[in-house]
Parts: sequence; structure tokens; C-alpha cells
Amino acid sequence: MSVAAIDQRPDLAAIASRITPESRVLDIGCGDGVLMMALRNKGCDVRGIEIDGACVERCVSQGLSVVQGDADSDLGDYPDKGFDYAVLSQTLQTASRPDRMLDELLRVGTRAFVSFPNFAHWRTRAALMFGGRMPVTRSIPVSWYETQNIHHVTVHDFRELAREKGATIVRDWYFAGKRPVSRAGANMRAEFAVFELSR
Amino acid sequence: MNAHSQTLTLPGSLPLDGGGELTRVELAFETYGELNADRSNAILLCHALTGDQYVASPHPITGKPGWWERMVGPGKPIDTDRFHIICANVIGSCMGSTGPASEASDGHPYAMRFPVITIRDMVRAHIGLLDMLDIETLHAVVGGSMGGMQALSLAANWPDRARRVLVIASTSRHSAQNIAFHELGRQAIMADPRWQDGSYYGGDGPDNGLAVARMAAHITYLSEEALTGKFGRNLQDREAKSFGFDADFQVESYLRYQGSGFTRRFDANSYLYITRAMDYFDLAEEHGGKLADAFAGTDARFCLVSFDSDWLYPTSESRHVVHALNAAGAAVSFVELSAPHGHDSFLLDVPALDRVIGGFLG
Repeated sequence: MSVAAIDQRPDLAAIASRITPESRVLDIGCGDGVLMMALRNKGCDVRGIEIDGACVERCVSQGLSVVQGDADSDLGDYPDKGFDYAVLSQTLQTASRPDRMLDELLRVGTRAFVSFPNFAHWRTRAALMFGGRMPVTRSIPVSWYETQNIHHVTVHDFRELAREKGATIVRDWYFAGKRPVSRAGANMRAEFAVFELSR
Repeated sequence: MNAHSQTLTLPGSLPLDGGGELTRVELAFETYGELNADRSNAILLCHALTGDQYVASPHPITGKPGWWERMVGPGKPIDTDRFHIICANVIGSCMGSTGPASEASDGHPYAMRFPVITIRDMVRAHIGLLDMLDIETLHAVVGGSMGGMQALSLAANWPDRARRVLVIASTSRHSAQNIAFHELGRQAIMADPRWQDGSYYGGDGPDNGLAVARMAAHITYLSEEALTGKFGRNLQDREAKSFGFDADFQVESYLRYQGSGFTRRFDANSYLYITRAMDYFDLAEEHGGKLADAFAGTDARFCLVSFDSDWLYPTSESRHVVHALNAAGAAVSFVELSAPHGHDSFLLDVPALDRVIGGFLG
């Protein structure tokens, strides 16, 4: 499934392309293990954390090392710099304290990747401005009352958080659907953002 | 499927955690599937408290199918077409390995002269067996419940002997509640006048006490939901309550049946010794009080599985082990599976468990 599935996720493909073969990676919120499979094929030692039991079962059934747990509480067990990379894809906005999560990422990993849906995308803005309703869009598909996204964040917000945390943005990618979007105007035009960070 | 039964006597004596040693240690074991040429496809299965080596072959006393027949066999999750499965009766037990009913050097049964053993002693005997079988590294060590304790103990104390460690519905230490239930069982056995300080061999054993011990333990193996679903308040073969102390309720009848059936196949003194070994189990304590240190530097891959309805060794116990393994930097998988049966879920029909085991063993 890995090759085809990762093509459907440009954020994961971007992350996978940057990770050196045979490095140690922690994938937080690894879902069905799409990124993990791609990285395993590159000879990486990949570990995952996932809260959804059915996803964990599918990962383990494919021989991936995934722990069912809550990133909010379980990251603390992992040793400092135990990984070359810590990956947090589409999960930051669900954390109870995204700022602390970012600290933890940069503690357990030498480098960190963070991807999230950009709440400042024009569709989101339009839904609020013209519809007066909480947006339900391609990138934020779940209604306000059942979404797990409790901390919506924009590209500008994240850059500011990284600066406050003393994290260096090594690279950044922006996407509208599967299409790449340039950095200029990304806060308006990007549905998803991916950041590579170090400290 | 071809099961192969064997008994081997360990060369030399077996040193014990409690001090002293056990001489002339016999181990009775079953094997299934072929060992490959480079001796790399062996899986050691570790059985639970009242389990035995008859994983996938009929029990010689009860005639019932093996206790993990649904999991072990050709094309099954633990695939005997690919793996060589070894399951040995633990020392202290009563199905052919040396235990309290075995003959001591004076020609009489050990009875209570048998030394108190630990989980690590059981595993040390297994390692002795693997040495005799010339199996240096296991593809995996696998166990549920007390079998999981053995798997953890093997991983912690003989880290080079297994590449994969699969621990199902188990724990790294016995809790006060676990010890309490075991003590209840032991006291029931020892309160039976036929126990006679353990020297009952050759006559009637403490069957009543052992049956009560089994009944109490059996309750801990099932969830309340399972008991309610199976029996509710249904009456047994009667229309109304008898206003007496017969087994009016189906659940009473079931427990009595479980208890009396158990006494036909299990030795009461073995029950005392093995429950004691489980109560003494505390893997962190063996490693300076820090569980992560038990796994320091391990290269093995671990997989832990718990069940949401298991209140004997609940998910929190598995998580405790997972946290320690993460701190040790070990490759670990963990999943809590949903199953209604309680602790016994690991023996019953839980398809998700089959998939996890099959995937993990690779």
C-alpha cells in the first residue's frame, strides 16, 4: 500500500523525501502507517504512536512497531534525542497544548516535522466571513462539534510559535490539495503546511 | 499436525533465585513444525498458571483439544508450516516436568520439600532446554498471562536469546489484588484436611480446597459482562429457588464444574508453588527497582497486547511495561484490543489478536 498511499498525501511525501535512509524516526499520530511503510522501505528504524486502536492493529498486523497511546501524555517516556526525526503529521491541532508538544518533538528528535491544516486558507476565511459558520472544507472536513481539532492554527501562527520556542525553520512546504503552493501568500492559499524544524 | 512429545533431563543442577539448586530437573515438552537448517525458526511458547505443553495436541488426561489450537497450526497465526514451536511444562507444574509431585533423591515425592521457585527459575530451566536442543536464538518467545511474565523475564535476563517478544494479557509485577486472590486459593487448599501439609501423595488429595481455589481464580479470568451474558441470574435445571444451598444458579453450577474438573488434571501443591512464583514476580525489583533498566540495550522487538475487559492484568499494566520499553529505546508495539471475555480473551476467539500475532511474528 505504501507507494500508492503516500502519493495521496503530499505532506507525507515531502517529509519522506527529506528523511535520510536508515535514520531513526518517531511518527506521532501515525494513522494507518503510510509514512512508516515508506520509511521502512528506506531502511529506517521507525516507531509510531497512534491513539486509534483499529489503526494500531492494522499497523502491527503489517509488522510495524506502533504503540497505542496518547501523544499528549506518552511522549514523556521517550529519551532525549532518541530519534533523528520526530514527525507530527496532522496532529498538532488536536494536542491539548501544541506549544508543549512542539517542545517534546524537539526534545525526542534532532529534527522535527510538523504538518497541519492551515486555518487561514481562503476557503476557511470565506466560510466564516460570508457564511458566518464554522468552516467544513476539504482540509477541515469534520463539523465543529465532532472535530478533534481543538487548536486551529494558521501558517503565520505556527511561524510565530516556532520563533517563540527558539526553533529554526529548516524548510517549509505548502499545498492546496495535492498541488504545491509557494511560500508567498501561503497563509491565504495553502490548505496544508509542512515545516521541518531544528533547535 | 504432527506433535512430538519429549522429556529431557537437564545436565547438572538448576540454580534457584531463592538460593540452593534443583537437581535432576526433567522438562516435558511438545514440539510442532520442523526446525530449519540454521535453527533460526524456533518459537518458545510459554504456558499460563494451569496450562501445560499440550498447546495444539489433545490433553492426555481430559482428552480436550490443546489450549491454543485456534492459534497454533498449519496456516494459523503461529504457523507450524513456517515455525518450529516448542512448549515446555514449567518446573513446579505437574504434567511431566519436575515439580512437588516428583520424586526427590530419597525416592519419595518432594511435596513441600520442593523449593519455592520464581518465574525466572522457570525461564532458566527453559533456557537449559534450549541449550540442550542447540537453539541459540529464538525467532520469538510468546506467552499470555503467566506465559507473558516468562517472555518478559527471558527478554530481561537472556536478552540475546529471542529476537521477538510477544506478551499478551500480562504484567511485569503482581499487584496486591493479584496476590490477594492467589492467597485465597492457597488458603483454601491448605485449609482442606486432606492437604496434610502437602504429604497427600498416594492417597486422596485436597480436591475440595483445590476446587475452591480454581473457582475463585476462574472468576478473575472472566469479565462481569461475560458472566452476566453467559448466566445472568438464570437457575440451573429448576423452576424456582430451592431455599437451600444446592447450585440453584447456573453460575454456581458452572463454577463447581470448573472446580471439580480441574482437580482431575492438576496437583494442589503445584498450584501453591506456581501461584507463589507469580506473586514473587516483580521484574523491576530484579533490576534495581527501575523497569526500564531490565530492558537496557535490548535489540529485540516487543509486542504487548491487552484486552479492555481484562481486570486481572488490566491495560494499565501493559502500558507500564510499554513506557519502560520506550524509555529503554526498544522497538515496541502495543495495542489494547476490545474483547468481551475478560482475561481469558487471549485463549478465545478474538480475530484482531490473530492478525496482530501473525503480523508481529512476520
